[in-house]
Amino acid sequence: MKKVKTLFDVIGPVMIGPSSSHTAGAVRIGLLSGKIFGEIPQKVCFKLYNSFAKTGKGHGTDKGLLGGVLGMDVDDESIKKAFDIAKKLNVDYSFEYLESYDKHPNSVDILLEGKNVQKMEISAISKGAGEVVITKINGYSFNINGDYDTLVLIYKDKPGMIYKVTALIQSANLNIATMHCDRNAKGQEASMGICLDGVISNEILDKLKEIEEVYLIRNIEMLKK
Amino acid sequence: MIKPDTFKDILELAETENKKLYEISQKFEADSLEIAQEEIRDRVKNILDAMKEAIKQGLISAEKSSSGLSGDNCAKLVEKYKSGKSLFSKTYQKVLTYSLATIEQNARMGKIAACPTAGSCGIVPAVIIAMAESLNLDEEEQINALITAGLIGEIVSEKLALAGAVAGCQSECGVAAAMAAAGLVEMCEGTNEQILNAAALTLKNIMGLVCDPVAGLVEIPCVKRNAFLSIYAVTGAELALAGIKSVIPVDEIVDAMKQVGEMMSPKLKESSEAGLAVTPSGIQITEELAKKWQQD
Repeated sequence: MKKVKTLFDVIGPVMIGPSSSHTAGAVRIGLLSGKIFGEIPQKVCFKLYNSFAKTGKGHGTDKGLLGGVLGMDVDDESIKKAFDIAKKLNVDYSFEYLESYDKHPNSVDILLEGKNVQKMEISAISKGAGEVVITKINGYSFNINGDYDTLVLIYKDKPGMIYKVTALIQSANLNIATMHCDRNAKGQEASMGICLDGVISNEILDKLKEIEEVYLIRNIEMLKK
Repeated sequence: MIKPDTFKDILELAETENKKLYEISQKFEADSLEIAQEEIRDRVKNILDAMKEAIKQGLISAEKSSSGLSGDNCAKLVEKYKSGKSLFSKTYQKVLTYSLATIEQNARMGKIAACPTAGSCGIVPAVIIAMAESLNLDEEEQINALITAGLIGEIVSEKLALAGAVAGCQSECGVAAAMAAAGLVEMCEGTNEQILNAAALTLKNIMGLVCDPVAGLVEIPCVKRNAFLSIYAVTGAELALAGIKSVIPVDEIVDAMKQVGEMMSPKLKESSEAGLAVTPSGIQITEELAKKWQQD
């Protein structure tokens, strides 16, 4: 899909330098990942691949990713102090620098551990010009880029789940922009990523949470432009 | 109405409606984002303010970037100008220092406004803000100039991705210089045609510029290139304001840049596998940084 271009794709964003792909992109990946994880992690390991691994330190990719996970946006001047802030928050962080021909030049896998959510693994890429995609959550494929409010669900794979979820969204008269589904094996676990043309209310969100055998549900607000 | 995606069409539309290019642009922008034109201008003003703040911070800092490869260049220039010695007029001194101030803020992880990219963020603000100070132009005129500059970048990006990895530095610093030249012509009350000629003349002379950063960092040659191209952009505006025209129309120049970008080896498109990045000094710096960062 061709994105509608705006003046603000060319003038801006206001961001912490030095690179839109390796710094601002890293912050946005971290920010989305933090929202998907849903809490400040106690432990986080970033596996950086290829160009992210080779030039990440010079571009502050490491600080950007960590700062993003802690909730900082692309124009937040505390990104530069992300390591110190993480230490103060008792976040045990680490980085690995790897190479993989299978991976996009700017790839990262993020392993998170927390108080409520025990473990989560998120994979993402930075496509350039600050555009990012969360490609995997716990092994399920997703396509989350922060352009829309996005519902993320992981649930037991059984008949009627997509219907139950979309019926609740429809009851709020919300339009679904795009929808992305995946599963590991029939009858086991499955995932949904639903991009919405509007904001979902807490009331509907609560009803969604009441659906039986939904293991994980997140409402990821769109990123600031 | 659908926004024109070529310079020829947008010029025709502006002439038919008897409007300046920035007026056409801000109207389309407001319509597509479903907000008032005033709000578009407010957003542009916020970006202009961020640009001014980056210049202010950059002018008083000599902090090196994390690689240590840049960060103290602007300070050297500022120091030299205190002595009163310069080949440049006060105006040109300002343009040069403002561009280095901004791009070195970027290198040291300071806050900047990408324009169009982070690696080319020093050119448009330096030209527009320094020239507005020298010519005593108010904020509204600077906003008009930024919207004009943005329109140039937008239309170029309809055909040419503004990314060194796709089309080399011609599409980052090169386009930034064209944007700056066009914005400056707007500020100097040039005609719509002169605005497009400024962009055309500037782009033509930057075609084929490669992206070969040492160690993959936005520093060598990017920092000094921003300084060079900010002065270069003023030349584009000066020529166009004299009525000098580009014989090749700007739309055709963008097509040519796209063709050149496609023919450019991937090794010269931000991958640091050729050019300055693989000179003996470039390799040495890359190896030293790799060692330093492994120890960190």
